[in-house]
Amino acid sequence: MAEKLKLTIVTPDREFFSDEVDMVEFNTTEGEIGIYKGHAPLTVIVKPGILTVTQGETVRNAALHAGFVQILPEEVTILAEIVEWPGEIDEARAISAKERAEKRLSDKGSIDVARAEAALMRSIARINTAKLK
Amino acid sequence: MASMRDIKRRKSSVQSTQQITKAMKLVSTVKLQRAKGRAEKSKTYFNCMYDTVVSMLSKAGDINHPFLKPNDSPKKAVIVITANRGLAGGYNSNIIKLVRDNEWNKDDLIIYPIGSKGRDTFTRLGYEMGEDYSDAIEEPIYADAMTISNRVLSDFAAGKVGEIYIVYTGFKNTVTHIPTRLKLLPIKIEDERSNEDKAVLDFEPETEDAIDLIIPKYITSLIYGAMIEAVASENGARMQAMDNATNNAEEMISSLSLLYNRARQGAITQELTEIIAGAQAIS
Repeated sequence: MAEKLKLTIVTPDREFFSDEVDMVEFNTTEGEIGIYKGHAPLTVIVKPGILTVTQGETVRNAALHAGFVQILPEEVTILAEIVEWPGEIDEARAISAKERAEKRLSDKGSIDVARAEAALMRSIARINTAKLK
Repeated sequence: MASMRDIKRRKSSVQSTQQITKAMKLVSTVKLQRAKGRAEKSKTYFNCMYDTVVSMLSKAGDINHPFLKPNDSPKKAVIVITANRGLAGGYNSNIIKLVRDNEWNKDDLIIYPIGSKGRDTFTRLGYEMGEDYSDAIEEPIYADAMTISNRVLSDFAAGKVGEIYIVYTGFKNTVTHIPTRLKLLPIKIEDERSNEDKAVLDFEPETEDAIDLIIPKYITSLIYGAMIEAVASENGARMQAMDNATNNAEEMISSLSLLYNRARQGAITQELTEIIAGAQAIS
């Protein structure tokens, strides 16, 4: 197994996660990305999706909604605006949010398409993460 | 000399005021502890955010991005963070003074108040007011900071304002609070590190797009940080003010007790004199 890299996930309210991990995967504006130790230095912007952290045999998932990531060869820092473990997600609420956003999008002449789309992406990420629990 | 009953009434009124100030002091002590804890927890995030933005902008030196240069509008948006409640010593008035007494021209400012004390004062003074976010200061959450930063950034992008400032009370420690004025946009960050220290960073998407996406997050985090610090300072200021009030009440009570006892003694002496005089008159 490859050497481990240090992953830190911070939000404005708390330190969400901080440990040595084998691999971390998440969704960026340019597509999905998986990072091992020794990655080229890079800063990417997060798109709503599932965050997967692999530590040996254990694989953990979380819903990551917004923020950006600083990748250095030895460590990865995720500055997340919103990130949730599956246990923290209210699935029923996410489903109703998804329906609401879909309805708004299908309504032509909706006031704020971008906002509804963002809400839709967030709710889908939440639902998918909750299913992985 | 005031009558015994008057003094007694005065004393009990001061005592009940003292009970209130004591209780308020305890409440703000607890709130201060909580606010301090939150400020500590969010520190990592802001440090990381600051490092990234600094390294990003030091790389993007020549980029002609709208966020990095002032636009033509002479207007300045000022986010003013005060409290929703008074009885916090000079907390609110220091902030108001900082906005009012400087080189800014009153007509150039648009005030975005967070906290009703500031809102009411600037409305009364006839400043141009933007949207009011006073509810946000009750319990600062990140989502509120996001709403506010979206608001001012869209005004900036639309050319309604040329500069954005935030005025808040910085929290240094429990007794030291510094009214602070910070320029949010256009950004000017001095990078003091030498070139060798800078991490070489690539951006995905391109640096320009990254600035577009990261700067709003940076502004949001600054606003959020300012809100958290302001809440801590507010409770610290109130704690101090209430502590002083409690001590003053203590002093007043003791001097009133002295007066009361003197009046009581005087009354007794007078009564005795009257009885003795009466007895002598009869015999």
